[in-house]
Amino acid sequence: MNRITAQVHGWLLLLPAAVLLAVFTHYPAGATLWHSFFSTPKPSRPGVFVGLDNYRGMVEDPVFWQSLANNLWFALGTIPVSIALALLMAVWVNGKLAGRAFLRLAYFTPTVLPMIAVANIWLFFFTPQYGLLEQFTGLFGLPNHNWLGSRESALGCLIVVTVWKEAGFFMIFYLAALQAIPPSLYEAARIEGAGGWTVFRRITFPLLMPTTLFVLVNAVINSFRLVDHIVVMTRGGPDNATSLLLYYIYEVGFKFWDVAYASALTMVLLVILAAAAVVQFGFLERRIHYR
Amino acid sequence: MTRSLETFGAWLLAVLWILPLAYAVWAAVHPTEFSTRFVLSAPLTLANFEAAWDAAPFARYFVNTIMLVTLILAAQLVLCTLAAYAFARYEFPGRDLAFALVLVQLMVMPDVLIVENYRTMSKLGILDSTLAIGLPYMASAFGVFLMRQTFKQVPKELDEAARVEGASALQVLWKVYVPLGIPVYVAYGLVSVSYHWNNFLWPIIVTNTVNSRPLTVGLQVFSATDQGIDWSIICAATLMTSAPLLIAFLLFQRQFVQSFMRAGIR
Repeated sequence: MNRITAQVHGWLLLLPAAVLLAVFTHYPAGATLWHSFFSTPKPSRPGVFVGLDNYRGMVEDPVFWQSLANNLWFALGTIPVSIALALLMAVWVNGKLAGRAFLRLAYFTPTVLPMIAVANIWLFFFTPQYGLLEQFTGLFGLPNHNWLGSRESALGCLIVVTVWKEAGFFMIFYLAALQAIPPSLYEAARIEGAGGWTVFRRITFPLLMPTTLFVLVNAVINSFRLVDHIVVMTRGGPDNATSLLLYYIYEVGFKFWDVAYASALTMVLLVILAAAAVVQFGFLERRIHYR
Repeated sequence: MTRSLETFGAWLLAVLWILPLAYAVWAAVHPTEFSTRFVLSAPLTLANFEAAWDAAPFARYFVNTIMLVTLILAAQLVLCTLAAYAFARYEFPGRDLAFALVLVQLMVMPDVLIVENYRTMSKLGILDSTLAIGLPYMASAFGVFLMRQTFKQVPKELDEAARVEGASALQVLWKVYVPLGIPVYVAYGLVSVSYHWNNFLWPIIVTNTVNSRPLTVGLQVFSATDQGIDWSIICAATLMTSAPLLIAFLLFQRQFVQSFMRAGIR
């Protein structure tokens, strides 16, 4: 096979995937930027160039700032807890505890269930008066509380559901990494007389560092991408207390049909994801040195 | 002592984790009046499932979802295999740049580009169709990445031997590379099917009739109508929509866990 034919073959093999990626990933990313400089087209009149007006509106929009702040709290609430729980679960499942098979099953099951379906079940947990949580706190004589209906607790409830859904998924990566640690290291540590906690802190945890970084990046992306449960449980309320950035984009774009403003909001999300990409590529190179 | 404390902690967490699902099962198989009364003498019933099944066109939603995940997976397998083969075994100008451009999709997922992709679907005139839900996901950067890794590990000698015998590029791919990649295909397939069975935001945006709605959207439309649908029926509907994946998971636990290990980042 000569070189030119090989080159043509290479491009032909790539072509179908390249076309779809260009149309549904690269083009929309560029078009989002382009359309964010125009006004929303109306049936009577096409969109006109408005420069930075959409961005100016965004800076003055309290709901945007609220959604961004909510999203940061959501990220801060979900990421550390789900990663810590994932690590704990992996260590337990990888150990010699009784009933490991059941433990693994229980931890991992939320991963295969649709978020939209489990959100319905959780909704009932948090329902005022006759919900399960209310009945439970009632047993201890605690006063009634509308968990999803009050500004203080609604975002917390969503964080709990997200941690529950994600931890078992992240556990899998830790489990894979734990199984790759050579047993000889643990044997050596035991001969030296190291205790369980020392072994974890000095051997297991450092060796899991690449996995932790990988899981961290995934958790950050998820915290800006997961909004299914908001649609079911709070619809961004009460009073925008649980509106996250992508959910706000969905509302602006498909409930208020202000697509120009939704494009400007999407740009913010794209910048955040690009920042995550930069971190991941920086870390991927470091990961190679570990191996 | 520490061991038993650990076992206790692990089990406590496991019970907490399984509780929502266990509750849904309880509510779904008992009459409504027992949905918050946990007595062992409560009578078992399938009436909630019947009521849910009759209250919304779930049969149609099932067909739509099955068509959707089949369409996406079939397209993904073909497109990603071809592209991965090109990246793994061909030298052509712009290859590294093209690969970098493919990887962009790992960060900028279709889930985020909803506004522009809706505009595109509207221009193509295919809103409210299974094709419109599937198209943005068919060329999967993760699939390309995963299969490229797999193909790169195939010894070049196998490839050359097949070519000496006169096999064309596609025949080599089909006879040498694809068979060696089967475990990875299975892993990727499981992850893809569970992702798209459960996907919600893009489908709810791009569909608006029973003809194309997948199960997740159907379930939301069904449970969001506040006209006194009771919890037991919603729990039954919830279990129904998750059942195929859940049962498959319970039967093939090991494969599922290993697949997610292998292909976790979709």
